[in-house]
Amino acid sequence: MKSSAGWLAALAACWVMHFFVQDYSRSYYFLIFLYAGINIVLAVSLNLVNGVTGQFSMGHAGFMSIGGYVSCYLITQLFQRSPALFEGPLSMPIFAGALVLGGIAAAIAGYLVGLPSLRLKGDYLAIVTLGFGEIIRVILLNVDAVGGARGLGGIPNLTSFGVVYTCVIVTVFCVWRIIRSAQGRALLAVREDEIAASAMGVNTTRSKVSAFVIGAFFAGIAGGLFGSWLTVLTPQTFDFNKSFEIIIMVVLGGMGSVSGSIVAAIFLTIIREALRPLQDITKLDFRMIIYSLMLIVLMLTKPRGLFGSRELVKEKELA
Amino acid sequence: MTEFVQHIVNGISLGSIYALIALGYTLVFGILQLINFAHGDVFMLGAFIGLYSSKFFGFDQNPSLGALVLIMGISMIGCAAIGYCIERLAYRPLRRAPRINVLITAVGVSLFLEFAGQLFLGADPKFFPQIYQPAGGDMGAGALKVNPLQVMVLVISLALMTALQYVVFKTRLGRAMRAVSFNHEYASLMGIPTDRVISYTFMLGSALAGAAGVLVGLIYPKIEPLMGVLPGLKAFVAAVLGGIGNVTGAVVGAITLGLAESLVVGYWAPTYRDALAFAVLIVILLIKPAGLFGTGRTEKV
Repeated sequence: MKSSAGWLAALAACWVMHFFVQDYSRSYYFLIFLYAGINIVLAVSLNLVNGVTGQFSMGHAGFMSIGGYVSCYLITQLFQRSPALFEGPLSMPIFAGALVLGGIAAAIAGYLVGLPSLRLKGDYLAIVTLGFGEIIRVILLNVDAVGGARGLGGIPNLTSFGVVYTCVIVTVFCVWRIIRSAQGRALLAVREDEIAASAMGVNTTRSKVSAFVIGAFFAGIAGGLFGSWLTVLTPQTFDFNKSFEIIIMVVLGGMGSVSGSIVAAIFLTIIREALRPLQDITKLDFRMIIYSLMLIVLMLTKPRGLFGSRELVKEKELA
Repeated sequence: MTEFVQHIVNGISLGSIYALIALGYTLVFGILQLINFAHGDVFMLGAFIGLYSSKFFGFDQNPSLGALVLIMGISMIGCAAIGYCIERLAYRPLRRAPRINVLITAVGVSLFLEFAGQLFLGADPKFFPQIYQPAGGDMGAGALKVNPLQVMVLVISLALMTALQYVVFKTRLGRAMRAVSFNHEYASLMGIPTDRVISYTFMLGSALAGAAGVLVGLIYPKIEPLMGVLPGLKAFVAAVLGGIGNVTGAVVGAITLGLAESLVVGYWAPTYRDALAFAVLIVILLIKPAGLFGTGRTEKV
């Protein structure tokens, strides 16, 4: 009872904040805030797959693009037919519906990718998911209905502070509760020792696929938020580097630590912006060099990430 | 018909380059069960070593067969050194770490080489000098044209593969490599210096990638720091297709993939070319995960 009050309070605080910051919605710092939120959704959802379940997926950007394209295509079509709908109070439920549909589309894709993961382990799974992300990108490049290489444009901008952080709270809440449920302990068991887990009666197949499906669902929602904020989506945005950016958030924060992912997502979003002046001077992308070095050094010195699988808050307080 | 034969010729020449890269993957995977993601980037560095050394010697002005051989030698030695450093600095400290950590490190090394390459070599494509131009124009009959460079690339690749086959199956080092890949612990109990053998394996694979870099520079003379990503991934697919850890399998898989790609480009849509390799990978892993020539291993509890 006490715990649900905490989540609701966070939700309320998020909407109060929303009305305060609304006036600054095109300022630079607001933008960083918003990206940090989208990155939290991505990192926490990928953590469920890579960290908690130990299935190393490198195709998160692929799921993100499916969700983004589906939900943005829907609202763009609707917007072209009846723009009036987006003026009134109906715009929020419409956007929420589109986001959920995008999430479901991504979840279906997650199911399809999850299936081969029944037979593949470790490196093979990593490269198959990477390949899957690339296939999605190539297909999107070739589908004219969503603009092909030019991208999907004219998406109405419905993403706001409140919407993004509502998604953040919902994602964190769901993942947090999943990890602490019987199903979540099954996921952890699969990560630690698959054979032992199945000997103890864990349905490893179901666990792995469900982790993929849930992770993909939230990635799809993040894609929708991202697309509607930018008002344009191009397949090139969702290349391997995007997946990699999310992976490093999970690895840096600690595989299996939700609060670690959140902190890492915020930290990396800020780092990226902080490096921008340097990048403007040198015309070079130092970010990826720093990311990759960070990854190597982290694996050599602190392979469990900054937080390991610990959390910032005690379990009792938010159980 | 001529068009078809033309696609076949292009496919084989592309496939022979994939094969050189795939051999490096298969050697390393055979011995460490690690996908060396950085392998494609070693291939890229091989092309750049070739570019800068041929400029240094002035071979871009006076091409000759000797120049090609020398440049390939330099590139192979340079890449072997790079391969050694990667193994020594990034992979060896993690020999006993969980597989997923090694995998993350491999991805990190790969991205580091790519983006450090952009920083130091420049992100814009560079022109690879024609260090060797075979006498005479295109060979072939009627409408069918075969670029003599393509033939030469095929010949050199085959020679290198034969050499590798000899090393793996006829030398002491090869026997040690096969022993280590069979079982690290038993091999070291038999007095095989496993760490050194693993280093040699990396150097051997990287040298082949370096040679492939120079050959690619000859046929497709536009080189840039990200050029290794896709060939690297495709060569990996080729290695899996043939049965990873299997030297012959890697060559057959690579030629098959090269042919398939060339036919997709010729008869369907060039844009689907890059998706093909991954589709092949997913299908082969679902139907026959051990690959065409692989032998499945049963998992011990």
